[in-house]
Amino acid sequence: MTTLTPAATVVPSIDGVPLKAKLRRAERKRKLQAVGLVLPLFLFIVVTFILPLAVLMFRSIDNPEIVSTLPNTIAALEDWNGEGIPDEPVFAALAADFKAAQKSKTTGLVGKRINYELAGTRSKIISTARTVEKLESGPYKEAFLEASDIWGKHETWVVLKRAGNPYTTFYFAAALDLVWNEDNELVQAPPQQSLFRDVFVRTFGIGITVTLATLLLGFPVAYLLATLPTKTSNLLMIMVLLPFWTSLLVRTTAWVALLQTEGVVNDLLVWTGILSEPVQLIYNRFGTIVAMTHIQLPFTILPIYSVMKTIPSTHVRAARSLGAGPFYAFWRVYFPQTIPGIGAGCLLTFILSLGYYITPALVGGPTDQMVSYFVAFYTNTELNWGMASALGIILLVLTTMLYLLYNRLVGIDKMKLG
Amino acid sequence: MKKQLGLASLLLAGTVLAGGMAALAADSLTIVSWGGAYSDSQREAFYKPYAKETGVAITEEEYNGELAKIRAMVEAGDVTWDVVDIDTQMALQGCDQGVFEVLDYSKILPPEKLVPGAQFECAVGNIVYSTIFAYDADRIPNGPTSWADFFDLEKFPGKRALQKTAFGNLEFALAADGVPHDQIYGLLRTPEGVDRAFAKLATIKDQVVWWESGAQSVQLLADGEVAMTSSWNGRVYGAVKNEGKNFKIVWNGQLPDFDLWAIPAGAKNLEASYAFINWAMNADHMAEQSKYISYGPTNVDALPKIAPEVLADLPTAPDNMKNAITLDPQYWGDNGEELDTRFNTWLAQ
Repeated sequence: MTTLTPAATVVPSIDGVPLKAKLRRAERKRKLQAVGLVLPLFLFIVVTFILPLAVLMFRSIDNPEIVSTLPNTIAALEDWNGEGIPDEPVFAALAADFKAAQKSKTTGLVGKRINYELAGTRSKIISTARTVEKLESGPYKEAFLEASDIWGKHETWVVLKRAGNPYTTFYFAAALDLVWNEDNELVQAPPQQSLFRDVFVRTFGIGITVTLATLLLGFPVAYLLATLPTKTSNLLMIMVLLPFWTSLLVRTTAWVALLQTEGVVNDLLVWTGILSEPVQLIYNRFGTIVAMTHIQLPFTILPIYSVMKTIPSTHVRAARSLGAGPFYAFWRVYFPQTIPGIGAGCLLTFILSLGYYITPALVGGPTDQMVSYFVAFYTNTELNWGMASALGIILLVLTTMLYLLYNRLVGIDKMKLG
Repeated sequence: MKKQLGLASLLLAGTVLAGGMAALAADSLTIVSWGGAYSDSQREAFYKPYAKETGVAITEEEYNGELAKIRAMVEAGDVTWDVVDIDTQMALQGCDQGVFEVLDYSKILPPEKLVPGAQFECAVGNIVYSTIFAYDADRIPNGPTSWADFFDLEKFPGKRALQKTAFGNLEFALAADGVPHDQIYGLLRTPEGVDRAFAKLATIKDQVVWWESGAQSVQLLADGEVAMTSSWNGRVYGAVKNEGKNFKIVWNGQLPDFDLWAIPAGAKNLEASYAFINWAMNADHMAEQSKYISYGPTNVDALPKIAPEVLADLPTAPDNMKNAITLDPQYWGDNGEELDTRFNTWLAQ
């Protein structure tokens, strides 16, 4: 009997390569294949979702305008004691910065940024920069004070110094209706500028109303779909799905035709004598909720339907045969089993509702616009991307918190899509 | 080494491709305007004949005057619009912010050929339009005659429609509040004046539908959704002429203004853009446009070429000008953005 050498413990295969190594190689190949299959989706998600989200989050605190355009001024302001207005050296630094900014055409950036915090200063900053550009030498302080009254105000310099940080919480504060006052304290914004707390409350209010409306309307439909004979339920299913396949814009515009003052609904109600004259059904909260409920209905119905489909009809029959009344049997036996579907459908509708933009814009009034409208407004019209990002992130955080709360109360593992 | 070569050739190919595209782009122009009946008139009078004459393909785009969109393009250094139709507020603000090219009038037309006020540093007026209000005479026989009537919900019940901008509405509110037209801008330059205008607008706020595109304003009136609407006179004219509507324009308190051609700073086909503007500012071509929409020409030589029956419908007709509000473009150039922000917040509250 030969002694066992360590090499002998390796089981050789026919071609002499150890089996374990071969196995590992085969495993690796399969793993690579799996990674290769997942990779496109992974990269897609990174490029189209995670990266933009990160950029967006960064935008909400990024504050490059003043730092990059007025570097000398910010450095000179370091020594300012924060009382009254600064002295000649700061003005000289600002003049040098303005001259450079005029050359690179970036004065507009400064004006835009300061204007966020001090309304009405944009044009004054731009006109000052033009005046200062022509000056050969100092003293500059007099020239600035003559060019515009803003340079003689303490407030302007406080804002300029604060805006000189490379990062800012200004956008988040503004998105929560908070502003810094002259003494650098965070305070409530004046009523004519306060808007966003209302808008957030409004957004969640509309989301909850639409979710409840779709549940009330959708639950019986889902029940019918799940219990009717296949022939009838198929037809019903098509009726649920048909609008689902139609463009959101088309459905919204259809509601305009239906709900307007001389539209189909009003005409019908007046013709039948239910109303003596047309009522306002559109460009208000009512129109918004009706149109959104219609669009969201399939999202609530389908998960409930697919859960109901799995509930054996014998359960209710058993309850009835044991003496339960029809309502008791439904409420104690059938309904509890549909809760995972209700949870899934309502959560889906609620979260989708929070992001509505085009429907409220077309059938709502100015006081029915939700957070997304303002995100679009700041992105496209005002071009204040910091503000748009801050609003988006607050909405994201609030939604995530609600999701976690839901998970805590109901349990996300109990949610079923079928 | 091989890898580097590959990279270099890829870069080279990219440059050649980009160069080729730039050369190609000179044969086409992207012109951006306000859509609806106004864009239709520009298409018939300018784009089609110009393309036919010069072989330059014109791509049309539509917008609602968002200066920020152009600013974003300019700041990103990727300007895809060649010529933009803008309003006076944008002409002043955009010029201040370096969004538009400073125009070289020697490539367009001698400025003395322009009607007074149409020459801007970065834009040249191409039409005189007016913001007016209109109602459907089939629905209101003894119609309103002034902005005071527009704001009078008791005398003329029903919804109103106004443009979703501060521009114009503040003037109209003060006019309705009894401020003489020549004192409006003096008052608006004070905080109390602006507050007064907003307070007057607040009296009808819950009865107003706010429109964003000109086509929307006439649609709201045609649908009977509103009793009266502010609009641009050419849009109302179009609805009367082409759709047989019995809409009446109230010229009393009209706010005439210019639409202007401008070139975004850093536009890729500067010479081609100038060539188009030069062509469109020609008196004959401009007179042609008034066949399609009732906006006044800005080239003085075009005025005699306009058909007499059209003349009475232009904002500049003497009868229509009698009690007009004289626009102060500088006021909006200086304060427009702040007022728009305040206006939008006020709306959503």
